[in-house]
Amino acid sequence: MFTKSIAELSQALQTKKISSHELTQMYLERIKQFDKKLNSFITVTEEHALQAAKKADVQLAIGNANILTGIPVAQKDIFCTQGVKTSCGSKMLDNFISPYDATVIKRFNAAGMVMLGKTNMDEFAMGSSNENSYYGPVKNPWNLEYVPGGSSGGSAAAVAANLAPAATGTDTGGSIRQPAAFCGISGIKPTYGRVSRYGMIAFASSLDQGGLFAKSAEDLALLLNVIAGFDENDSTSATIAAPYYATTLNNSLKGLRIGLPKEFFNEALDKDIANAIQAAVKVYEKLGATIHEISLPRTSLSIPAYYVIAPAECSSNLARFDGVRYGHRCDAPKDLEDLYKRSRSEGFGKEVTRRIMIGTYALSAGYFDAYYLKAQKIRRLVAQDFHEAFKSVDVILGPTTPSPAFKLGEKTSDPLSMYLSDIYTIAVNLAGLPGMSIPAGFTAGLPIGMQLIGNAFGEAKLLNIAHGYQKETDWHTKTPEGF
Amino acid sequence: MSLTAGDVKKIAHLARLNLVESDVTLYTEQLSTILNFVEHMNQEDTENIEPFFNPLDLGARLRPDMVTEHDQRAAFQAIAPQVEAGLYLVPQVIEGEE
Repeated sequence: MFTKSIAELSQALQTKKISSHELTQMYLERIKQFDKKLNSFITVTEEHALQAAKKADVQLAIGNANILTGIPVAQKDIFCTQGVKTSCGSKMLDNFISPYDATVIKRFNAAGMVMLGKTNMDEFAMGSSNENSYYGPVKNPWNLEYVPGGSSGGSAAAVAANLAPAATGTDTGGSIRQPAAFCGISGIKPTYGRVSRYGMIAFASSLDQGGLFAKSAEDLALLLNVIAGFDENDSTSATIAAPYYATTLNNSLKGLRIGLPKEFFNEALDKDIANAIQAAVKVYEKLGATIHEISLPRTSLSIPAYYVIAPAECSSNLARFDGVRYGHRCDAPKDLEDLYKRSRSEGFGKEVTRRIMIGTYALSAGYFDAYYLKAQKIRRLVAQDFHEAFKSVDVILGPTTPSPAFKLGEKTSDPLSMYLSDIYTIAVNLAGLPGMSIPAGFTAGLPIGMQLIGNAFGEAKLLNIAHGYQKETDWHTKTPEGF
Repeated sequence: MSLTAGDVKKIAHLARLNLVESDVTLYTEQLSTILNFVEHMNQEDTENIEPFFNPLDLGARLRPDMVTEHDQRAAFQAIAPQVEAGLYLVPQVIEGEE
């Protein structure tokens, strides 16, 4: 049952082959059995889950259920969940029981879906390996010596190991797409503004976007309709209505214009990944797509611009953690400054501290123009490059990452090398565009991710293109051994 | 751009962070490396380019000036480190008579 798609699980629930209670029980058992190895959950909400499942079963019994009623889901621990610890992977929020639900959580609840628990992540979503969590690193289910990617590493590992049929993530510079690639599953980062940020703990507010992990584009299409759409509680929520994504999944790809950015295919790209992407391109050609070389000339500038903008916004957002209203407070502060300084230093880990300091510096008097303003100007140029490209192509295709998952500990002492591993994903966030990663092969037993980048609010098209590939290939059906 | 230990201490103070001496050394080196890397931005001429603050490139949305939140002080203070009589407590800020 745990290898079934969400559409199949839904079918089983609707036809009473299984109850939501039984299904939920099965996933909770799997978490108990396997998560000691992976560490993908920070909190398992067993009692909550079984209660929600019972409620779902009532709705199913009286014929008041929708297609997702009773389906379990894991939530990244960045989404506030009322009455449940919401840690954001940080010691700072280890004692934080959220007094309210994020909009995303409210919508899952309203759809009758069942939260299994809160997944592990890099502290405050800052990281590309899930090694920055206060709760310890997550392991990659394909090889336990490797990282699952980050920052949504717990969600990606849990879905890959079938501990949950789907999970939420957030993506500020690649935090959904990169772990999806490293764990061999499908992930979507929607257009900035598509999914509400209300109750999603802020890292870099002009870049953060909530999204999803599942085993296939088809599953993602069903789930995206739960969370996409306008929310008046999010000041940058898009007012454009979300289409029903499943409707266009099977549209023909004949005549589809695919752009391959030449900057994505250089010597820095792993050979096996390059070959896998070329093989995927052949699949699309067979489906009637045409292939065009395009250029995204500011790709290499997107990382320095990002590592000014994201830390600047982070330093501002994380100023709220002051030891006064919620979160960690130091013992016996001698004055207010001591309270602030010790609470913050004790509560934040090294990467968060690093980024707060970079951001504080970039925003400080005399440096604002040279760093923050300069980066925001580069950002416009990066966005313009995409805009130009989409005049001649419908979708941009390339690798999600330059290399497959790396070993635990391999990059922890060199923050810059960790930052550079996000080369293909970061520009998409700067421009606010939607992106996906779907499985496209393996190298030395580790999954390869293919990235699809769409035009603003083009999620339906992206899902259609990803589904077209998944009908022709079976990479997305592979499961790691031992789970 | 290379930072000195003094710069790092000043930044830490602005960000209200305490650093132990060994961390000052580590961060001086790491932050300098990151800032040097960030300077690659200067390769690009951005004269006459408008900054891009928000991907939707929209202004702020307005709403009617109506009460939308109800009082949840008790719920919010239930998770506060130290409260008394509905107030958040912090160490004494204004010097008083002892």
